[in-house]
Amino acid sequence: MSWPLWEVFIRARRGLNHVHAGSLRAADEAMALHNARDLYTRRAEGVSIWVVRSEHITASSPEERDPFFAPNADKIYRHPTFYEIPDDVPHI
Amino acid sequence: MTDFDAIIARDQRIEPRDRMPDAYRATMVRQIAQHAHSEIIGMQPEGRWITRAPSLRRKAILLAKVQDEAGHGLYLYAAAETLGADRADLTAKLISGAQKYSSIFNYPSLTFADVGVIGWLVDGAAICNQVPLCRTSYGPYARAMIRICKEESFHQRQGYELLMTMMRGTPAQREMVQDAVDRWWWPSLMMFGPPDAESPNTARSMAWKIKRHSNDELRQRFVDMSVPQADALGIRLPDPELRWNEERGHYDFGEVDWEEFRRVIAGDGPCNAERIAVRRAAHEEGAWVREAASAHAAKRVGRAA
Repeated sequence: MSWPLWEVFIRARRGLNHVHAGSLRAADEAMALHNARDLYTRRAEGVSIWVVRSEHITASSPEERDPFFAPNADKIYRHPTFYEIPDDVPHI
Repeated sequence: MTDFDAIIARDQRIEPRDRMPDAYRATMVRQIAQHAHSEIIGMQPEGRWITRAPSLRRKAILLAKVQDEAGHGLYLYAAAETLGADRADLTAKLISGAQKYSSIFNYPSLTFADVGVIGWLVDGAAICNQVPLCRTSYGPYARAMIRICKEESFHQRQGYELLMTMMRGTPAQREMVQDAVDRWWWPSLMMFGPPDAESPNTARSMAWKIKRHSNDELRQRFVDMSVPQADALGIRLPDPELRWNEERGHYDFGEVDWEEFRRVIAGDGPCNAERIAVRRAAHEEGAWVREAASAHAAKRVGRAA
């Protein structure tokens, strides 16, 4: 018998996204939150914590990395530097 | 060239779901597990002084430090789990002796000065080893090391400050510090592992960018850092051959007793049996708590359904 694995996400300060901090083992959500606080925020590293069971995360596969992300590779017109604007046009 | 080789060549990180050679995965699991076990066993030499710390300030500091060691162990077990290792299995392997931990923790902490010397020398040596590991090729291990290194700096400084305080005390306190340094200096040098010539895995670990420096390089760096710190403290390092070598730009130092190192690794150190017995007792006596928490979680899920 072993406790399930949880992934921990921490918001470092107001205004920032939650960022993945690591994982831990806990029997349930309440224990996962407590353990996450003790393990990942001993020095005021966060103001908010999310925990989610690792098995509930769906991830893209590194094997398919190239084809999966290929659709964005050839669309350079999505970037502002694609467009040539004369230097003397202000604020653009 | 495989994807793996290309990532290593570009000095990028290998991430959990990437394809990697079986030997890389096995080496990583072994190294991370051994590192995690060291943090967990490393709670014991200092932990036994928590109830006997000489002031509330020292007790609070020591408690925080030992709690950090537990945290470091858990970051590392989590990193090992990303490679498919199972935490319960790793604990079983520690208790059965199938996996090792750092030989340094098989030495006893006889006086309160040992708490200071462990912080200064043992954590100092650990920092020397660990700072380059922040750039190790396996992403989750490198990230755990970054977190750990930030916290280790407090560990080393509290130890050094403790020793400075004792050195300003009575002659008996100064003797206590010298005695602790005499006992911990050589085992600290052993923390960097066998000499390069006898370290068969070093070349491969360097090629895979798991390791960035050889054992002897890191040992030299540690000696060079420690000598001026010992001078500032006013204690003597127990090595008659220790002297500055102008030509090399480094301190020369005596030969480590590698026979003792091998003996302690093989299980015959002063505290090997005790360390494992304590860890085993904590695991077995905590079983009912783990089971109760699981039962409670299962009951709540049952009610919600």
